[in-house]
Amino acid sequence: MQVFHRSTNVLSRVTIFGGLLIVAASFYLLATVNASPWVSRQGVAREQPVQFSHRHHAKELGIDCRYCHTTVEELAYAGMPPTQTCINCHAQIWSDSPYLEPVRASWRDEKPIEWTKVYDLPGYVYFDHSAHVTKGVGCTSCHGNVDEQNVLWQEPSLHMEWCLNCHREPEKYVRPPSEVFNMDWEPPADQLRLGLELIKLNDIEPREDCGACHR
Amino acid sequence: MPATDEKDPGVTRLDLAALRSRLEETSGPEYWRSLDALAETPEFEDFLHAEFPRQAAALPEASSGVARRDFLKLLGASLAFAGASACTRQPTEKIVPAVKAPEEAPGRPLSFATAFPSAGYGMGLLVESHEGRPTKIEGNPEHPASLGATDVIGQASILTLYDPDRSQVIRNVNEVSSWDGFAAEIRAILESEERREGEGLRILLGAVTSPTIESRLDEIRSRFPRAQIHFWQTENRDHARAGATLATGRRLDAILSPRQTSVLVSLDEDFLGTGPDRVRHIREWSRRRRPSGPDYDPPRLYVAESVHTISGAAADERLAVRAADVSSLARAIAHHVGLPVESPALSDAHTRWVKAVAEDLTRNRGAGAVIVGEGQAPEVHALAWAINHHLGNMEGPIEAVAPSTIDDAAMGESIRALARDMRAGKVEALFMLGVNPIYDAPSDLGFADALASVTHTIHLGLYADETARVSRWHVPAAHYLESWGDVRSLDGTATLQQPLIAPLYDGKSALEILGLILGEARPSGHKALRAHWQKEWGEPGFEASWEQALHDGVVVKTRSATASFRIDREAVRNAASALAGAGGVDGLEVTYRPHPTVGDGSYANNGWLQECPTPMAKLTWDNVVLVAPATAERLELQNQDVVELEVGGAMLRGPVWILPGQPEDSLGLQLGYGRTRAGKVGTGRGFDVYPIKTTSAPAFQTGARLTKTDETARLACTQDHGTLEGRHVVRFADVDTYRRDPAFAQHMAHEPSIDDTLYPNYEYKGHAWGMAIDLDACVGCNACLVACQSENNIPVVGPEQVAMGREMHWMRIDRYWTGDLDEPDTHHQPMLCQHCERAPCEVVCPVNATVHDGEGLNLMVYNRCVGTRYCSNNCPYKVRRFNFHLYADWDTESLKLQRNPDVTVRSRGVMEKCTYCIQRINHGRNEAKKDGRTLQDGEIVTACQQVCPADAIVFGDLNDPESEVAKRKADPRNYSVLGELNTRPRTTYLASVKNPNPALHEDDESDSHGTGGHS
Repeated sequence: MQVFHRSTNVLSRVTIFGGLLIVAASFYLLATVNASPWVSRQGVAREQPVQFSHRHHAKELGIDCRYCHTTVEELAYAGMPPTQTCINCHAQIWSDSPYLEPVRASWRDEKPIEWTKVYDLPGYVYFDHSAHVTKGVGCTSCHGNVDEQNVLWQEPSLHMEWCLNCHREPEKYVRPPSEVFNMDWEPPADQLRLGLELIKLNDIEPREDCGACHR
Repeated sequence: MPATDEKDPGVTRLDLAALRSRLEETSGPEYWRSLDALAETPEFEDFLHAEFPRQAAALPEASSGVARRDFLKLLGASLAFAGASACTRQPTEKIVPAVKAPEEAPGRPLSFATAFPSAGYGMGLLVESHEGRPTKIEGNPEHPASLGATDVIGQASILTLYDPDRSQVIRNVNEVSSWDGFAAEIRAILESEERREGEGLRILLGAVTSPTIESRLDEIRSRFPRAQIHFWQTENRDHARAGATLATGRRLDAILSPRQTSVLVSLDEDFLGTGPDRVRHIREWSRRRRPSGPDYDPPRLYVAESVHTISGAAADERLAVRAADVSSLARAIAHHVGLPVESPALSDAHTRWVKAVAEDLTRNRGAGAVIVGEGQAPEVHALAWAINHHLGNMEGPIEAVAPSTIDDAAMGESIRALARDMRAGKVEALFMLGVNPIYDAPSDLGFADALASVTHTIHLGLYADETARVSRWHVPAAHYLESWGDVRSLDGTATLQQPLIAPLYDGKSALEILGLILGEARPSGHKALRAHWQKEWGEPGFEASWEQALHDGVVVKTRSATASFRIDREAVRNAASALAGAGGVDGLEVTYRPHPTVGDGSYANNGWLQECPTPMAKLTWDNVVLVAPATAERLELQNQDVVELEVGGAMLRGPVWILPGQPEDSLGLQLGYGRTRAGKVGTGRGFDVYPIKTTSAPAFQTGARLTKTDETARLACTQDHGTLEGRHVVRFADVDTYRRDPAFAQHMAHEPSIDDTLYPNYEYKGHAWGMAIDLDACVGCNACLVACQSENNIPVVGPEQVAMGREMHWMRIDRYWTGDLDEPDTHHQPMLCQHCERAPCEVVCPVNATVHDGEGLNLMVYNRCVGTRYCSNNCPYKVRRFNFHLYADWDTESLKLQRNPDVTVRSRGVMEKCTYCIQRINHGRNEAKKDGRTLQDGEIVTACQQVCPADAIVFGDLNDPESEVAKRKADPRNYSVLGELNTRPRTTYLASVKNPNPALHEDDESDSHGTGGHS
């Protein structure tokens, strides 16, 4: 005698495949959410305590990146300008603009401005600006056209995969060291040839070992 | 063989007699790490078979009531949560730049020269500072007491700076008070004192070498002519100087230069482990012995010692002797080298030893040295002066100089006088600056009672310690990295100390308190220091000299001149006959000396020092009664048995530890424990030995009575942790064997050829990092272990975790014994990740968390590790450490400041191990690449290499044939540990070569000094 009704077959199939589907779907969901800008914050403009515009300062006024990010060529840390750097000019220019009140307050009270970190690598990643900048990785290669951004956002995903894209095929991205700070540099048509030349010339050998960034 | 105790089935009793007979039966040298290993007890087997033996018992069903099902549920839940935690969004972080541009860019570490005051003497340092926080201590190569290296205590002193238990507020009768209140009261007291020329004013200091403090004290003396300055510290040089005075009529210090010594005889002096010149001694001694092939002519070290120390372990001929019998050896040596001293009656063994020593000394006139431990009587020191003078050793190996400390009388006398005056009511105000006499004053003085009769007691200290509790005022002291000052080394060289950070808790330095006594409204150490040196150097060019001295870390032309002296032969003869009564006393003897890591107790609250295994016994977190195997056998004592000791009317209670090499009938005690107000780390650990330490018996006494109690203690001993099974792990030979066959170590095991593999060999094209460790140079001082802890943010785990084998040290010093149970030879072996080219750990990791890189590093990727611990199971060297709990302190603010920002602070559930200091490698490689040049050999040094006083560790690029490490690996002594497993370790060892005196081994048919490493 049959213990189970025929419909049980359907039920069990639905249960098994449905279960698998749910598991797969939840993994997919997790992966998608994890890769989404909601987690990576890619392309999300971040509000800052001061309405500072990179577009105005870098593009319209033509101030070099290194005027504020002073140690980008020497140290791992690019350097964030102290309030003093702002005051250098804004003691004279726009010295009573309401937009600049947080800056003046910082200078007056000797309280640092607390900027929101836009490019925030996890604590277990040890990134070195100087190693990249001196070997011909331009500012825009990672940070995008900062000089077009009024409010700054994170251009790439900063996923490890994104780092490795360049570490594996640097010839696609490197530029002559003289062009590193050039915001308008465009890769030439024969970038691959130029890239390979630059790799030889500047002794570029990006490392793919875990220990290069994780330690 | 081991019998299980009936009372306590958990502890196995050792049958020492059986062990002894077994050792006698074995042919050829066997080496072992512990008595448990020798007896193959279950406890040892536990550690042998499972690196972390007690992990399986983490969830004992019966006690915690967690059933298997619950366990599985928890496991499932924790997996799910662990997965979910990987999906969290990073919290928003802030960037907080400065308001005004700092002098130096954030992110660039700087080094500043200063000096660590070790028991008053300077050890020159270069301290690394990240964004204004000192993070790592290195030695200053220009400084004579450092020569670029440091030691355990120096390395760990940075942790004391950030110790959250440091005293943080001024206290008045244990209530929080203020500097203004304190200063006002002091001014009132001093005003009344000034009227009576300071008759009731006393200042108690530790050993002081500071020229500025000296000049300030002179000012105090002229302002308060009847005030008195006293000095007290446990580690003093009273006996050595009294001995010099006896022999020469002058109060002198002797400076030993091991590099000029061919025969060095130490009579109970741990010259490698204690004293202001310990680091220099190790460096010079290891440089003196560099096995160089068939024509190698090594120096010979004789050590007769009452406590097994690293000096004894380094000896070519060691004699375990009771402290009370050392003076007889000194007299006999004096007699045999031709001094008019009568030789005492000695045992045959001692006579042979003395004759061998005397012969060697006589043969090496002008290149020998006899040194004597501070614990020995002044007369013994006097004999050493006479012997060294007689043999012409005062030109080179030993130099006499005037003391660089400013005290002019014995410290024991000084504190006795103070206690007497206090009792007599002559003391109105007592300043105790940087001392803790309630804890460490000689017990016969009754210091605490005497102090009660002083109206105004003022204590300056890093901690609100035992003395602070009974003082009217307590002022938090500034750490030496927070204050201005100066300090001299044993040879007189002065160093200016500069602060690396503003005082964290508004602490004051001794100089500032002295300024207050001198009536300054705002006393400043900086001003006082400049004023003194301005006087010294004169005005023209002062600023330049000041800058130069601060920059270099040494003040030029401050080294003491060689002192001239004459030996008073009559006095020496009298001293020798005064010693005739000493020695030969029967009964148990107790010796007590500062603990090898926590010292006299001042470092008791330093977790790094507490957890650093002692060099010989490998004990952590506790002091013990060290007992010789023979004595333990006779008194039926076992490890961890608690005993009661009665010595001179005082009672002590502590656990026993059986230490091979301890002299029979001599019990070794360590000071520095039993603190009642040390802080969270040190309070209540161990037992206090000071009650038996008196002015008349500062280091040892006989006539102790020992009673066994029923109790047992649980000690955290690491000697069996990470045991490598058998197999020629340490290799050594005597010098004759070495001369015949310099490659003896390579012939001890068969190492497969590089082509014995199924897989193609990987070609390392760029750098190929490797390390060579010279076991002949290594003295086992542990400096590398603590330096590694400091550099790599290694947490402290506590005694319970250490007992389970869970200490996190990335490197350990394995100590092996060979030969006789009572008089064994010792070998040290630093053991750390070997960075095997064919690493057994890598192939078993299911998540690729440990992988190899293109330069041969065995990488550990923390963010991939899920904590299976397979890697550690498969590691034949047992060098991987697992975070069973969240050991790193993530909450205490001050400890965050100490961490190296270039190294990840690891969390729970993650495996970790030596990285060859990958942060330093990456930094060095990056700098070279940025400058477009090739990396130079020596540019990258690992933390252990940099600190090593013995130059035992060398790291570098194996692909550069000119590199130091490649040269070392080409040395015929070079061998791989467990190389027969074909792991191809990148870390290799250079076998050690001992230089025993053949005359002492003529009847040894068993040839216990041939080559070692067989088992």
